[in-house]
Amino acid sequence: MMKIPKFMAYRRENGRVGVRNHVVILPLDDLSNAACEAVGNNIKETLAIPHAYGRLQFGEDLELYFRTMIGTGANPNVAAVVVIGIEPEWTQKLVDGIAETGKPVTGFSIERYGDITTIAMASRTAKEYVQWATELQKTECSLDELYVSVKCGESDTTSGLASNPTVGNAVDKLVEMGATVSFGETSEITGGELICKSRAVTPEVAEAFMKTWTEYNDFIMREKTDDLSGSQPTKGNIRGGLTTIEEKALGNLQKIGRKSRYVGVLKPAEAPKGKGLWFMDTSSAAAEAVTLWAASGAVVHLFPTGQGNIIGNAIEPVIKLSANPLTCSTMSEHIDFDCSAILRGEMTLDEAGDRLLDAIVRTAKGRFTAAEALGHREFVLTKLYRSA
Amino acid sequence: MIQFLVHEKADTVGVVTVDIRAGEVVKGLYMDSQNATEVKALMDIPLGHKIALKDLKPGDTVIKYGQDIGKVVADVRRGEHVHVHNLKTKRW
Repeated sequence: MMKIPKFMAYRRENGRVGVRNHVVILPLDDLSNAACEAVGNNIKETLAIPHAYGRLQFGEDLELYFRTMIGTGANPNVAAVVVIGIEPEWTQKLVDGIAETGKPVTGFSIERYGDITTIAMASRTAKEYVQWATELQKTECSLDELYVSVKCGESDTTSGLASNPTVGNAVDKLVEMGATVSFGETSEITGGELICKSRAVTPEVAEAFMKTWTEYNDFIMREKTDDLSGSQPTKGNIRGGLTTIEEKALGNLQKIGRKSRYVGVLKPAEAPKGKGLWFMDTSSAAAEAVTLWAASGAVVHLFPTGQGNIIGNAIEPVIKLSANPLTCSTMSEHIDFDCSAILRGEMTLDEAGDRLLDAIVRTAKGRFTAAEALGHREFVLTKLYRSA
Repeated sequence: MIQFLVHEKADTVGVVTVDIRAGEVVKGLYMDSQNATEVKALMDIPLGHKIALKDLKPGDTVIKYGQDIGKVVADVRRGEHVHVHNLKTKRW
């Protein structure tokens, strides 16, 4: 058994470990973005997270919306939350959901106050939260206490050869030491679905995966108007040498390593029910998918790229690695770990996996990822269908 | 220097890891066995793109990772570039 790295991080009220200490100003809905951004400007070290939805959604789409928003506030990388919504009832529903973690959260609603009074009241609370959060002390935590998500983007053939297997090597090691890990990208497993099915821990979990994959695939077959060339694989994938979805899927699945078996299937933004590797039903679009993982509680994301996807996330640090020498030289400011030496036979996957684990520990200690330093704070809600 | 990599023994394509020129005899490595191989490139092939390791006919299945990655839709000779002009998905 390998030695489990330790580091100083934030242990939250519910015992979960976070590696960032955000005070989030969270809009319930699109209408409340302006007030949230005003509070974010008023009070230093707060983070407003504007988004496009939250009005007139219904059914499963509404459930996913609340699961994502509550999960975002509940994420251990978030110390405290100010919620602003247009009306009080759904604002309170969001506040109550986040409050279950035990962290400080207060809601404000704009109707019968207007933006200016709401901004003033919310700013006073945000100021108190920032002063409280900045005094919080880190405590000793260990790598097995982290929840790590994995997803690739703008993949090319170098992803399947080196950067995805590097993530796979790290995932095997993380799972072995007792950490929590999640992968997904349901539509992008097409062509490798039977391999993915075979990696489930029990026949029941395998069937749950196949049901989720089949539903997503049926949806694509129903809605498609052509052979999806340009959508899946993307034009960037094709430029990088990937030709078909099958080829992309087989490369994608390198990320789950060689030994680990997934213990369950999660709905989008659903928190894992225990340690180990979990499959989550997500789209393959980077910002949407990472937003869902952050909402499920993941605190660090591993993002291998071939052609150079530049994504970050509002609350979950995204560590980017690439094995494509052209990408690593022309877009170096976006790449946290250049693993192109694998392609030259100068680095083994085992060495690369260890270096990636080290990158996780450094990020957990507080080092900004490239995406954080460059200001990438993508927060994109997944919307299942039209509003009512 | 290695110029292309092959995931598995059964694969009918390799991935070039540097830009290669038509006419070059390029050196490859099987990642499963670490066995070396060579192919004469018949076309320029850019970094990351696939090179055929055998002659393929329309309707044939292309194998990579030891798995089916789609069907051949135009004649391919060993050493030629394999991409969207001669390989299509079987899925959508």
